[in-house]
Amino acid sequence: MSSTASSTDGLMSGFLAWFGELGLFFWNVSKAAVTPPFEFRELFRQLDEIGSKSLPLVALAGAATGVVLSLEARYSLTRFGAKSLLPAAIVFSVIHETGPIITGLVVSGRVGAGIGAELASMKVTEQIDAIEASAVNPYRLLAATRILACILMLPLLTLASDLCGVLMGWVAQASVESLSFHQFINSGFKGADFNDFLPPTFKTTVFGLIIGLIACFQGMRTQGGAAGVGRAATSSVVLSSLFVILADVVLVKFILIFFP
Amino acid sequence: MNTTNELSVRRLDAKGGDGKSAVAVKDLHKSFGSQKVLKGVTLTVGSGETLAVLGRSGTGKSVLLRIIIGLEKTDSGSVCIQGQEISFLSLDELGGVRKKMGFLFQSAALYDSLTVAENVAFPLQHHRREMSKSEQQDRVRTLLAEVGLEGHLEKMPADISGGMQKRVGLARALALDPDILLLDEPTAGLDPISSSEINDLVLKLQAEHHMASIVVTHDLHSAKTIADRLALLDKGEVVIEGSFEELEKSDIEFVRDFLKNS
Repeated sequence: MSSTASSTDGLMSGFLAWFGELGLFFWNVSKAAVTPPFEFRELFRQLDEIGSKSLPLVALAGAATGVVLSLEARYSLTRFGAKSLLPAAIVFSVIHETGPIITGLVVSGRVGAGIGAELASMKVTEQIDAIEASAVNPYRLLAATRILACILMLPLLTLASDLCGVLMGWVAQASVESLSFHQFINSGFKGADFNDFLPPTFKTTVFGLIIGLIACFQGMRTQGGAAGVGRAATSSVVLSSLFVILADVVLVKFILIFFP
Repeated sequence: MNTTNELSVRRLDAKGGDGKSAVAVKDLHKSFGSQKVLKGVTLTVGSGETLAVLGRSGTGKSVLLRIIIGLEKTDSGSVCIQGQEISFLSLDELGGVRKKMGFLFQSAALYDSLTVAENVAFPLQHHRREMSKSEQQDRVRTLLAEVGLEGHLEKMPADISGGMQKRVGLARALALDPDILLLDEPTAGLDPISSSEINDLVLKLQAEHHMASIVVTHDLHSAKTIADRLALLDKGEVVIEGSFEELEKSDIEFVRDFLKNS
């Protein structure tokens, strides 16, 4: 009984210590990000690494989601006699939820693991210490640039995912019945306004912050050689995916309240 | 009440340093968990002087060096670099002090995604932004020529030997023309010929650049070759400090054992 209580205490204090350290890390990165010298070259490199190189994967995931949504929604809506709503169901599902969350999770897997493993490897081989010893702030050079690149790139990648999802949703529907792209778009976006489009897209900046912050944090606090690098990569993906999903729950509620 | 800035410029007393010392550490204590690594270490290094810190593995030599460059925080005690107390500086303030220092890591710690030339250029790109790219490239070539690696500019760290990696690390440490050079086990893991080459190189660079140096090593031969003074550390404390001859004359059992077995 007492051992259960003490292990619960240990878990709780470990959990709180992790959040405390994450908060301190975020503070150090924020301070470094807004004070010169700014590391523009590294930022552009990361924008390419995180943005351009994630694009094919995100586009593919978005396209697959569009096809699946089209097939599933067609079956359900036909059963309830609402087949005419199919374009709108696809467009709204993609733009409101599946596009942003699929992009968040795909980037969390690809970029979270990449950043976590890269920084962890640099940490255990003393490369981060070498950066610091060279009088360069590693929070500014390594963390701020990667987090900022994630924040800036997530909405753009979401747009790409949305586009591919809607496009492939139409292709899937057009393959079973005659429907022009023009008709599909007109029907799908009927009654839609910017409140349907902007808040869900820009909520992914929060996903970007979560992915970048957690991956950099887990990477830069790594200890213990190759095993530590493996743990950092895994925990970066698991924790960032988990927090992206949790943040999505909160943000969906927030968007429904403030952008009805 | 002392502010951070007041503390930052606090000068040490005569024993710990007088502002003329390149490096002065006083009564340093450092623990990792329950393990006490440093127990009141006091050392000074004058400008242009080379101090070798000797001792068995695990006696806190590398920790001492990491504290001097600010990679580890002390539990208590003070570290002064050219008269400036660094224990209370922020990361960016510490950066100003670190520009005056070069650090060679035991593992060389080269950036594995950059070429040899890019590794050496790294400090220049961040702190000599007024230099044009061609000036930076010239400086990199000069530094690599100094360490005998002028023909290896485009190689990756993984493609060169351990001794060559140490040389690249040394060239990188010298990039900003530092006043103080810190060397962590410069000859560890190297064959006798490479060790001898590194020793000669360090001596040559010291003569050319007139830096204060602290060399952490357990290689007595290397220490004798490179250093003006030696300090022997045991269980986190300085057992003896002086010239090699003074160490030889010591009747402290640990000193005699260390010299006999080295």
